[in-house]
Amino acid sequence: MSEAVVSTHTPFADLAVETITAGLEGALGLATGSLKRSSFRDNHRIQVDPPCLGRALLALREAGMDLLIDLAAADYLGYPDAEHRYGVWYILENTSTGTRIMVRTWADDPSPSLPSAFDIWRGSDWMEREVYDLLGIEFTGHPDLRRILMPDEFAGHPLRKDYPLSGMGERHHFVPLARDES
Amino acid sequence: MPLKLADAIAAPDVEERECLWTLNFGPQHPATHTTLRLVLNLDGEVILKATPDIGFLHSGFEKLGEHLDFNQYVTIVDRMNYISPVANEIAWHQTVESLLGIDLTPRCKMIRVIFAELMRIHDHLLCCGAAALDLGAFTAFLYAFNQRELINEINEWASGQRFHPSYTRVGGLQRDVDDAWIGKVRGFLDGFIAAHNDVNKLLNRNRIFLDRCRGVGVLSKEEAINRSATGPVARASGVQRDLRRLRPYLAYDAIDFDVVCAEEGDCLARYLVRMEEMLESWKIVKWAIDNLPGGPVNAEIDGRMVLPNQLSVYRSIEGLIHHFELNMTNRKWKPPVEELYTATESPNGELGFHIVSDGGPCAWRVRTRPPSFIHFSLFPFLAEGHAVGDVAAILGSLNIIAAELDR
Amino acid sequence: MEVSLPEDGFLVTKLDEVANWCRKNSLWPMAFATACCGIEVMATGASRHDIARFGAEAFRFSPRQCDLMIVAGRVVMKMLPVLQRIWMQMPEPKWCISMGACASSGGVFDTYAVVQGIDRFLPVDVYIPGCPPRPEQLIQAVLDLQDKVQKTGTFNAREFKNRTRPEGPKPLAMQLDMADQMVAPADFRTATRSWSAVPDVGNHAREAGR
Repeated sequence: MSEAVVSTHTPFADLAVETITAGLEGALGLATGSLKRSSFRDNHRIQVDPPCLGRALLALREAGMDLLIDLAAADYLGYPDAEHRYGVWYILENTSTGTRIMVRTWADDPSPSLPSAFDIWRGSDWMEREVYDLLGIEFTGHPDLRRILMPDEFAGHPLRKDYPLSGMGERHHFVPLARDES
Repeated sequence: MPLKLADAIAAPDVEERECLWTLNFGPQHPATHTTLRLVLNLDGEVILKATPDIGFLHSGFEKLGEHLDFNQYVTIVDRMNYISPVANEIAWHQTVESLLGIDLTPRCKMIRVIFAELMRIHDHLLCCGAAALDLGAFTAFLYAFNQRELINEINEWASGQRFHPSYTRVGGLQRDVDDAWIGKVRGFLDGFIAAHNDVNKLLNRNRIFLDRCRGVGVLSKEEAINRSATGPVARASGVQRDLRRLRPYLAYDAIDFDVVCAEEGDCLARYLVRMEEMLESWKIVKWAIDNLPGGPVNAEIDGRMVLPNQLSVYRSIEGLIHHFELNMTNRKWKPPVEELYTATESPNGELGFHIVSDGGPCAWRVRTRPPSFIHFSLFPFLAEGHAVGDVAAILGSLNIIAAELDR
Repeated sequence: MEVSLPEDGFLVTKLDEVANWCRKNSLWPMAFATACCGIEVMATGASRHDIARFGAEAFRFSPRQCDLMIVAGRVVMKMLPVLQRIWMQMPEPKWCISMGACASSGGVFDTYAVVQGIDRFLPVDVYIPGCPPRPEQLIQAVLDLQDKVQKTGTFNAREFKNRTRPEGPKPLAMQLDMADQMVAPADFRTATRSWSAVPDVGNHAREAGR
């Protein structure tokens, strides 16, 4: 979905969330109602394209969303009706009003990458490292993007759908110690 | 008093100074609360830079969530924050039940509240006890562990397992509680205040404990929010945010309790917030056990989403079919093809689960929002400028559980 | 556990008995507590189930000062070299208890990161099943180990010199082929089961086998 497409989405029922979304559209220079919105139970989600993501997150921070609750991603390879391979979400909250919003974006092979939110919310530091480690999405602008959970010499990104649950032999690739030599 | 970096040390060529050295702390170390590793760059005893190295307990929990269904995964979720197991289960099943659109019975909600608060006491007892142990106070640890054994007994009485009970199920609980269990909970409540006072007497005016904790690892309110801290760590820095009040779940909107906050944001504030929260939890459990509603504990809804009780499985054909439908691999639940994030106020902070569902009984992706992971990223910021001896105090106050940290 | 007739003389066997008695009643555990079982180890050391009654009170955290390593909790591939290094640092005589299902066989975690049983890489003396095992089970394991020490120990650790093979898991009676070796419970639509479908990540991973 690009900025040139003029399609209006139904506004959110929650007024606070709709105000924030309209403000975001204004900050990005988009027409009101052009960002794709969806709601399920109490989650309100806005879809933002990767090229506008950096500005969008900064605008949301300036609009008062000061708490980054979670930053994570999933691999949608094989998911019904998936348009892109990786979906990334940012769950943000405004600590003064309690409004919570989810910003969804996407990335694709062959080299998935997104702008880093390191300078906006410092809490994104390790969350981005984890997404990089387990799914392989690079965050440009992150000062120290290296593996955090897997060993440094590990090759592969375990949470991808084409990586098997039991691994590919890495977990047993060690030298056994016999009783007499230890 | 903690050592502070003198201005002279923060010179630009600090890395070239020959007196600097690197100390490896962990992953096998008594104060690191199981498997974490810290690489400390030191100038004498002063920490210039602390680099955590984690992943020594990464077991692939989130990948397992893609292969186990909603009732099976509760056993795995138990093993995340293993010092407050039922709290994780409650958070997990809350997300699943929201996804499936199931409403719980009042009795189930109240029992889950009781367990959630007992687990809060369980977690804080271990955190305060272990923090004291790391600073040299062994007796407080033993007193705390004694109370934890009583809570383990309560777990065992309800579900059969003293630890990792896997007690909740989709739409309800594994089994209902009986009067003997209620008696056990009341017995625990009767003895808890005295034990809490004992720990207070040992630590709250203990000069050594106070000197090692006061002013150490100060986290300001703005930094707490910017670095995504939640739970007691954030509340001790002045962030007045508690999901039990902000987004009430289970039966919390009917219960009267206070949210404990502090302003200083140092290790002592975090310890005191946890101690006070235990008393608030005590009040909640007392109210809940006195006002425990009757009725069924599993939601009675159509759509074959909730496991039937044992009697109906063995005595009626409908119960048998119902049980079959929920256990055979190509049947089970048919959730909407949607994603959902919900969170609860677990003892450690905001524990949330984000489930991406593709319509099948196993989630497509399970993401745990792990408070320990996020709090451990605070550590380099908190430890800078302190002495090596303060590492134990700061780590103990952050309550890092390695299984939740690494998943 | 076999008890063979002593080959040495009377003095040596008497020395063995005395040494074994001393050692078994003052085992100094090194709690290699990684996960949930670590909490049960702490509970065993706490006041209700007191392991100090059996002599194993001194939980020293330096491997140089311990003789019993209790591996409590799952060991992941990043941690295994650390575990092996700590085992190597412990002086003889030393024993190892594998506590819990995860340390004994991988437990509920048959995933890419968890070692399916530390006995593949370390010699283990006593296994404790359970998830987590109750403190009483850990105490029983310590008592069993004390029996083992009494019956098969020697004062100069010569009982180890004839054991040259690692005490790993026995091979399965029925060899499973590659397609069946990856077990994904309750799921038949998961990611690749055959090796050819994934890009080559390096020969060493493939040759090492599972």
